Amino acid sequence: MTVTTGIVNSLTSARLPKWVPWALLAGSWAVLAVVYGILAAGSGGDYNIVAVIFLGTVLFDVLLVTTSYLVEGSRKARDRLVTSLVATAFVIAMLPLVSLVFTVVVDGWKRFDIAFFTQSMRNIVGAGTEQFPGGALHAIVGTLEITGMATLISVPVGLLAAIYLVEYGRGHLSRAITFFVDVMTGIPSIVAGLFAFALFALVFNDPGIRFGFGGAIALTLLMVPTVVRSSEEMLKLVPNELREASFALGVPKWLTIVKVVIPTSIAGITTGVTLAIARVIGETAPLLIIAGFTSSMNYDLFSGRMMALPLFVYTQYANPGTDVQPYLDRAWAAALTLILIVMLLNLVARLVARIFSPKLGR
Amino acid sequence: MNSLRVSRLAALAVVGVVLLSSCAANEMQDGGGAESLSGELNGSGASSQGSASDVWIAAFQTANPRVTINYSPDGSGAGRKAFISGGVAYAGSDSSLSSEELAGDFAACIPGTKAIDIPVYISPIALIFNIEGVAALKLDPAAIAGIFSGTITMWSDPAITALNPDAELPHAPITAVHRSDDSGTTKNFTDYLARTAPEVWDAPAADTFPYTGGEAAQGTSGVVGAVTNGHNTIGYADASRAGGLGVASLKVGDSYVDYSAAAAAQVVTGSPLVDGRSANDIAIALDRTTTDPTHYPLVLVSYLIVCQEYANPETGALVKAYAKYVASPAGQAEAAKSAGAAPLSAELSAKVATVIESIR
Amino acid sequence: MTSPAASAPVKTRSRPADRVFASSALAAGILILTALGAVAVFLIAQSLPAFLVDPAELPTAPTSFWEYVAPLAFGTVWAAALALLMALPVSIGIALFISHYSPRRIAQTLGYIVDLLAAVPSVVFGLWGITVLAPFVQPFYAWLVANLGWIPLFAPPVSGTGRTILTVAIVLAVMILPIITAVCREVFLQTPVLHEEAALALGATRWEMIQTAVIPFGMPGIISASMLGLGRALGETMVVAMVLSPALVINFVLTGSANPPTIAGNIALNFPEAHGVGVNALIATGLILFVITLLVNSAARVLINRRKAFSGAN
Repeated sequence: MTVTTGIVNSLTSARLPKWVPWALLAGSWAVLAVVYGILAAGSGGDYNIVAVIFLGTVLFDVLLVTTSYLVEGSRKARDRLVTSLVATAFVIAMLPLVSLVFTVVVDGWKRFDIAFFTQSMRNIVGAGTEQFPGGALHAIVGTLEITGMATLISVPVGLLAAIYLVEYGRGHLSRAITFFVDVMTGIPSIVAGLFAFALFALVFNDPGIRFGFGGAIALTLLMVPTVVRSSEEMLKLVPNELREASFALGVPKWLTIVKVVIPTSIAGITTGVTLAIARVIGETAPLLIIAGFTSSMNYDLFSGRMMALPLFVYTQYANPGTDVQPYLDRAWAAALTLILIVMLLNLVARLVARIFSPKLGR
Repeated sequence: MNSLRVSRLAALAVVGVVLLSSCAANEMQDGGGAESLSGELNGSGASSQGSASDVWIAAFQTANPRVTINYSPDGSGAGRKAFISGGVAYAGSDSSLSSEELAGDFAACIPGTKAIDIPVYISPIALIFNIEGVAALKLDPAAIAGIFSGTITMWSDPAITALNPDAELPHAPITAVHRSDDSGTTKNFTDYLARTAPEVWDAPAADTFPYTGGEAAQGTSGVVGAVTNGHNTIGYADASRAGGLGVASLKVGDSYVDYSAAAAAQVVTGSPLVDGRSANDIAIALDRTTTDPTHYPLVLVSYLIVCQEYANPETGALVKAYAKYVASPAGQAEAAKSAGAAPLSAELSAKVATVIESIR
Repeated sequence: MTSPAASAPVKTRSRPADRVFASSALAAGILILTALGAVAVFLIAQSLPAFLVDPAELPTAPTSFWEYVAPLAFGTVWAAALALLMALPVSIGIALFISHYSPRRIAQTLGYIVDLLAAVPSVVFGLWGITVLAPFVQPFYAWLVANLGWIPLFAPPVSGTGRTILTVAIVLAVMILPIITAVCREVFLQTPVLHEEAALALGATRWEMIQTAVIPFGMPGIISASMLGLGRALGETMVVAMVLSPALVINFVLTGSANPPTIAGNIALNFPEAHGVGVNALIATGLILFVITLLVNSAARVLINRRKAFSGAN
C-alpha cells in the first residue's frame, strides 16, 4: 500500500487532481454570485448576471494559476493560464454569436413563411393583404444571380492569380501583384459600386444604367483580393516535398498543381472562397448604385434593375411606412434568409472540399 | 459513391432553380382595361417620399398592370443628378431645382425645354421626445435652437421650464438626436431655426447638421430608434414615424400649435412661390416665420421633378399619367393613410393639376 | 538511359499544356492589376476637383481639404485599430482552441460555428448593433464614465444611447473575428506534426509546444489574417453608418456622443444627398482610405517577408 502510493506520487506529485479546476470555477462563480446578490439587495439595483460570469471567470483564472503555481511549478502554471485564456476567448466569441443568431431567428421567424419565398414586393403596401403579404423572392433571385456571377468570375481569376504568385511568380511582376492585391482589399465597397457604374455608363452610353451584371462586377472587385489572399496563403503551406515528389515522378508542373497542390489545400481554399462570398453577399451600397432598386421580379442579369437581399433588408428597415412592424418583420426574415443561404453555401463548400481533398490523418 | 453524391447535389440544385424561377405569386394577377398604358418608368430621389411612392406605385401598377415603375430612394441629390443626366425619367426631391441646375440642360427633355417642380408630398416634421413622466412639451424656436445647438443642456433649464409651467421636467441632461446623414429633413429643420431664431442658431440652412454636439443617427429610422431607446432624448423626424412618442408643440405667433396634416398643408398653401421661375414651376418658398396659429411651419415639401416636354413622348405620357394620379385627391388620400403625409389643399391641388396637364 | 536522359528536363519545358496553364495564371494576375489600375484612375480623376477647388465649397466649409479629411482618417484608423486589438487575441485563442485544445470531433463543429459568424452579412450586424448591443452596453458606459471619468478615454458626458465608437469597434471585432480565426486555424493545422511531436517529446508543456512550434510557423499567416481583418474593418460601411453617432471631431473618447466618423461610413451617409463638388470630396476621401490601406498593407508585407523562411513553398 505504502509502496504503491509512493510510486504514484512520484508521477503525479506535481499535479492537480482533475476535479480541481472545475471546483475552482464553480466556487468563483458562486462567490461572485453571492457578492453581487448582496450588492443588488443593498442598492436595490438589478442583478447583473453578465458581470457575475465575467468577473467569476477572471477570479477563477487567477485562483487556478496561483494554485497551479504553488503545486505544479511555473511552467505548468503558465500552461494552465494559456489554456484557461484560450477557453475564455472562445466563450467571449460565442456570446455575440448566440445573441445575434437568437435575435435574427426570433425576429425573422415571424415572416419566414411560404409567401415570403413565393412573392415579390410589387404592389405591396404596408402589411399587404391576407393573400399577398409580400415577400422577397425578387431579392433572393437577385442575390443568388449576382453573387453567383461574381463568384464565377472571381474564383477562377483569384485562384489562378494565387497559383501564379506561389508557383510561377518571381521578380517585380509577382511582387507588384502581391502588393496591389493587398491594396485592393482597401477599396471601399461604395467606390467599387461607383466605379462599376462609371464604367458601364461609359461603355453603354446610358447615364441611368442599372443591371445585375454590373453589380456582379462591383462585387468581383471586392471578392478577388480576398480569394487571392487566402488561396495564396493556403497554397504556400503545401510542403515542397510533395511538389518535388511529383516532379520526380515526371508529372508536368501544371498537373502537379492541379492534382497535388490544389487538392492538398482545397479545404483552406474553399474556406477562403466561402469567406469571400460571405463578405460580398451582404454588400448593400454598391448594389444600390449599379444594380438598382426594384420591387418587381427580374431574372435577367443583363437588363433591368435587380434587387438583392441586403438591399431589401436595408430599405425595409430604413424606409417603412406608417405601420413599421410588417416592414421590420420582413427585414429580419430577409436577414435570416441571407444567413441561411450563406450557411448552405458553406455546407456545399465543405462537401466539395471533402470530395476532392486527399484523405489525411487530420 | 462520390459521383452519386455529386449527382444528388446537382438534382437538388435543379429543383432549387426550378422553384426560384417560378413567377412571384403576387405578380401573376391579370387585369386592367384595354386602354391601359404599358412600359417601364424609372425614378430616383428623396427617401422621404419613399414610402408614399410605394403606395402610389402599387395603386398605379394595379390599375395599369403592364406598367412597371421603379423608384429608388437614393436621396434627393442623387435623384436630381440622375434626372439631369437623363438616367431616370423623373426625380423626387426635398428641395426644388436650384437656379444653376435650371440654367443647364436636361437630357431627358427636348433640348431647350426645362424641367419643372411639382409639390406632391407634404410632411410635417415632428419634434419627438422621450422624457420619463412628461407627456406634453411646449417649445419656442429659441429653446429648440438652444437644445440642438448645445447651449441648453439640461431639461430643467429655465428657458424650457418657463415655457412648460405644468410639466415636471427632470434635472437630467438632454440628449438631442439629429441626423448623421445629409438629408432634406435636416435642411428644412435648420431652415426653420435659422429663420425663426437667428440669434441662437447662427448657421445657415443645410443638408448637413451644422453643430458637432448631440447624438447623431442615420435616417429617420435611426433617429426614431435613438429617441425611443435612449433616456431624456429629443429629436426631429417625419411626423408619420412619431408613433407612440411624445411630440412637442411649436410656438407660432403667440400660441402653441400641435402638428397636424391640415396645419402643415395650410402653411404650404399660404407660402409664396419662388421668384423668377416659369409659370408651370411650383417651387414653394416656405413661410417659416408665419404667425398664423392655423399654420405649422416646420414642414417638409417634397417635389416630383419632371420635364416640361419629354424627348420620348411615350415616357412623357407615362410620367403624366403617373403624376396625375399622384396629385389626385385619391393618390393624396392613399399617401396620407399609409405614409402619414399631409394631403395637398384643394387650392394647391387644382394648381398642380393644371401644371401636370401641360406635361408633354 | 545515360547521356540522352540528361536532356529530359529541357523537353518537359516545351509541354504546351504547361505553357497554357502558366500563361493563364499570369493573365489572371495581370487582369487584376489592370482592374486595380482602372479603379485607381477612376478614383484619382474623380477626386482631383476636390483638391483643386476652393475649400469653402466643400461640405462643412473647412479651411482646407485636409481639415475635412483629418477626422475621417483618424476615425477610420482608430475604429479599425480598436477592433483589431479586441479581435486578434480572441481569434488566435479560438484558432488554437480549435486546432490544438478541443477534441477533434468538437473542433469540426466549432469551426463550422465560427464560419457561420462569417456568414452574417454586415447589414444584419448593423441591425443587431443598434437594436441589441448599443442598449446593452450603455449602462456599462455610464458606469465607466461615472467611475473612471478621469481617464481621457472615458471622459464625460456619456452617450445616452450607447452608439459610440467603442460599440462600433465591438461590432467590427465580432465581424472580423471569424475571418482572422478561419485563416489562423487553417495555418495552425498545417504546422508540421513532426515539429510538434519533437517539442512534446522534449518534455514541453502544450503551451511551450505552441510557443516553439505552432506560433513561429503560423506567424506570417497570423499577420496575413490580421491584414484581411483590418482591411474589412477599415472599409466597413453599413455597420458604421447605422450604429455610429458621428461628429466631425478628433478625440479618443470611447463612450461619448461625438465620435470621429470613418471614411467608408461617411461616404455611405452623405453620398445620396451629395451634389457638385461634394461628390468629388467624398470620392477623394475614398482615395485617402485607399492610401491608408496601402500603407497598412505595405507594413504587413515587410513583416511577413522577414519571416519568409517558414513558408513551405520556398
